[in-house]
Amino acid sequence: MANAKHDFRSAASQALADRSLQKALLNVKRGFVSKRAAAKAKLPEFDSLREEARAIKDHTLSHLDLYLEAYERKVIESGGEVHYAPAAADARAIVLTLCEQAGAKLVTKGKSMVSEEIGLNAHLQAAKIEVVETDLGEYIVQLRGERPSHIIAPVIHLNKETIEQEFRRKHQRLPRERRLDRAEYLVAEARALLREKFLAADVGITGANLLIAETGSSVVVTNEGNGDLTSTLPRMHIVIASIEKLVPTLEDASTILRLLARSATGQEITTYTSLFTGPRREADPDGPTAYHVLLLDNGRSEMLGNEFADMLRCIRCGACLNHCPVYGAIGGHAYGSIYPGPMGAVLTPQLSGIDQARDLPNASSFCGRCEAVCPMEIPLPDMMRAWRERDFARGNPPRFERLMLKLWAFAAKRPRLYHALAEAMARYLARRAGGRGRLSRLPLMQAWTEARDLPAPQGNTFHQLYARSMRKDAR
Amino acid sequence: MSAAEDPRSIVMGRIRASLGVASLDRARKASVERRLERHPHGTIPARARRGRAECLALFTEMLTAQGADMRHVLTRKEAVAAIASYLGTCNLPPRIRMGRDATLAALPWRDAWDIERAIGPAQPGDRAALSHAVVAAAETGTLFLVSGPANPTTLNFLPEAHTVLIEAADIVGSYEEAWDRLRAIHGKGTLPRAVNLISGPSRTADIEQTIVRGAHGPRRLLVLILG
Repeated sequence: MANAKHDFRSAASQALADRSLQKALLNVKRGFVSKRAAAKAKLPEFDSLREEARAIKDHTLSHLDLYLEAYERKVIESGGEVHYAPAAADARAIVLTLCEQAGAKLVTKGKSMVSEEIGLNAHLQAAKIEVVETDLGEYIVQLRGERPSHIIAPVIHLNKETIEQEFRRKHQRLPRERRLDRAEYLVAEARALLREKFLAADVGITGANLLIAETGSSVVVTNEGNGDLTSTLPRMHIVIASIEKLVPTLEDASTILRLLARSATGQEITTYTSLFTGPRREADPDGPTAYHVLLLDNGRSEMLGNEFADMLRCIRCGACLNHCPVYGAIGGHAYGSIYPGPMGAVLTPQLSGIDQARDLPNASSFCGRCEAVCPMEIPLPDMMRAWRERDFARGNPPRFERLMLKLWAFAAKRPRLYHALAEAMARYLARRAGGRGRLSRLPLMQAWTEARDLPAPQGNTFHQLYARSMRKDAR
Repeated sequence: MSAAEDPRSIVMGRIRASLGVASLDRARKASVERRLERHPHGTIPARARRGRAECLALFTEMLTAQGADMRHVLTRKEAVAAIASYLGTCNLPPRIRMGRDATLAALPWRDAWDIERAIGPAQPGDRAALSHAVVAAAETGTLFLVSGPANPTTLNFLPEAHTVLIEAADIVGSYEEAWDRLRAIHGKGTLPRAVNLISGPSRTADIEQTIVRGAHGPRRLLVLILG
C-alpha cells in the first residue's frame, strides 16, 4: 500500500508550494468543516450517540470471533459465501479466482478503501480483466492513474479545470467542442459513459461501511447510487470488507449511521444506504445470482491486542482529515499512503511498518482536533504518540533528534534544573528579540523559523506566573 | 487444506490470541447471543419520538431539504393523477416501469388511460419507475424499499425519474421502528436480498464540493404520501 520508501518531507514541501493544490484544499475547510458543525448542532443527541457508538464497537471487537461466526452463519443461510483473507495477497488471489469463476471480462467497482489497501485493481488488470471505478471521484482518480487523496472525497485535490482537461484527454470519441466548464456537464458525461459499463459488467465489487451479524448483511452508503448499480446489475456481487466493520444488530448499525454521514459530509444521512443480504432470491427478477463476502484481516487481528486497538473503531468518515491542520496544508498524497491524515498516521505504520512510515505519526502538532471531532472517540494523538515511542525505541530518529530528546528528558526529570533553564531561556529570548517582541531566527531551529516568527517571551515563565497566582489565592 | 492452513482458522486464531480468549468461553457466547436476540436500541433522537402528525411533517421537511419532490394525496385517484402530472411536468413520455406490487396494481389506472405501464425489472431505456416503500423513517426522510418481484431493485436506480408511493400509516419516526416493521414482515434476523434506504435523488459533490443531482441514480425523486 504505501510506497516502499516514501519521502514525506519533500512531498510535503512540494505540496505546500503547489498553488492549484492549495486552492483545492480550501474546499475542505469551506465545505466539510462547517457542514459537519451545522449537522451536529441540529442533533442534540450527537454526543450521547458517540458514547454509545464507541461502546457498541468496543463490545463487538472484544467478541469479534463470535460475531464473525454469527455473521458468517447468516450469510451462508441467505445463500452467500464468506472467504477469509489473512493478508492482502490472499485477498487479491481470492477476488481474482472468483472473477475468473464468473468468466469476468469487465468488473465495475463501488468505492472501497480496502480495495485500495490491497491494490486490487492492478492485480485484476494484470489478469486481463477490465476494472472500472464507478464512484465519480474514484473514476477520475483512475483516469489519472493516481490514488485518492481523501478517504471520502478522492479528488478533493483537483480543480474543475484539471478534471475537464482529463476528460478531454481520455474521452476521445466525444465531440471536441462540447462544453465541460461546469460540474454538471462533467457529471453528465461520466454518468453516460459509466452507464454502459454498469450494464455490461460481469462482476460488481463493493466495499462495506458496516457488516451486520444479526442478518448477515453488508451495508454500503453512497450519494451517487453507483454502489447500488454495481451490486445489482452484474451476475456476481463481491463485497470486500475488513473484519472490524462488524456490528451486532440493525439497531447498532442505526446508531453508527446517525454519526457517519453527519461527521463525513455534514448530511443528515447519505442519499442511499443499502443493505445487501445474499444473492437474489428465487422469485426475484433482478439482482446478482452469486454473492461473496471477503473478510480481510491484514494486521487488524494484531491491533486487537496492542495499544492501537481503539483504531479499529474507525468508521472512515474522514472528519479527522477535514479538521487536521497538517492535512489541510499538504493534502492527502503527501502522506504516501491511501490512509492520510490523523487516522492514516495511526493505521499506516501498522500496515506498512513504523520504519517505513515513521514520518506520519511525527507529522502532527497534537492540536487534538481530530480526537475532538472523531465520532468514535478514537484517541488519535495518544496513538500517534505511542508510534513515536515505538519509533524512538527502534532507534529510527536521526542522532541529533535523539540527542535533543535525551537532553530534554534529562532536564524535564529535574524540576529545579528545568525551571532554572526555562527562566534563563526566557530572559535570553526576550533580550534577543529586543523591542520587536518576536524572533525571526533561532539557533538550532532554522527550519522552524524559516516559515514563521516565534513570539518572544514577555518576562516570566509559566511556572513563575503559576506560583505567583497560587500565592495570591492563598492570601 | 489442513486445518492449520485454513485461512478462516488463521484469522480466528489470531483474533482469539490477541483477545486472550478461548473459543469455548460460555459467558462470552451468552453475551453475544443475548445481544443478537434482544437487539437493544440506543438513544433515539427526540425528533423521531413525536406524534404521527409531527412525524409526517418532519418526513416531508427532510425529504424536501434533500431535494425530493413531495405530493400528499388523500385518495388513490389523486395518486394516479399526481403520477401522470409529474411525468408531464418532467417532460417525460407517459410510460412508467413498475413491479408486481399489489398496492400499486390496485391503483385506479383506468383514470390515467394514457399512461402505459410496463411490468418487471427496469430496462436500460426506461425513463420513469414507480415503487412502493414498505415503511419510512421521518427522522431523516428515509424511504425503505425492499427487493423482490413486487418492487425490483433496478427500478430504484436505473430510470432517471423515480416515483415512490408511501402510505401515511407506514411513516414511522425512527430507523428502529422501521427495522421492527421489516422484522414483522420478513422474520427476525432475515432480510431480502436488498433493502434500500433512499433519502433523496442521486447526487455527488466530488467535483469541488459542488452538489450536482443525478450522479448515477435518478435525477428526480417524487414521493407520494397516500392518506
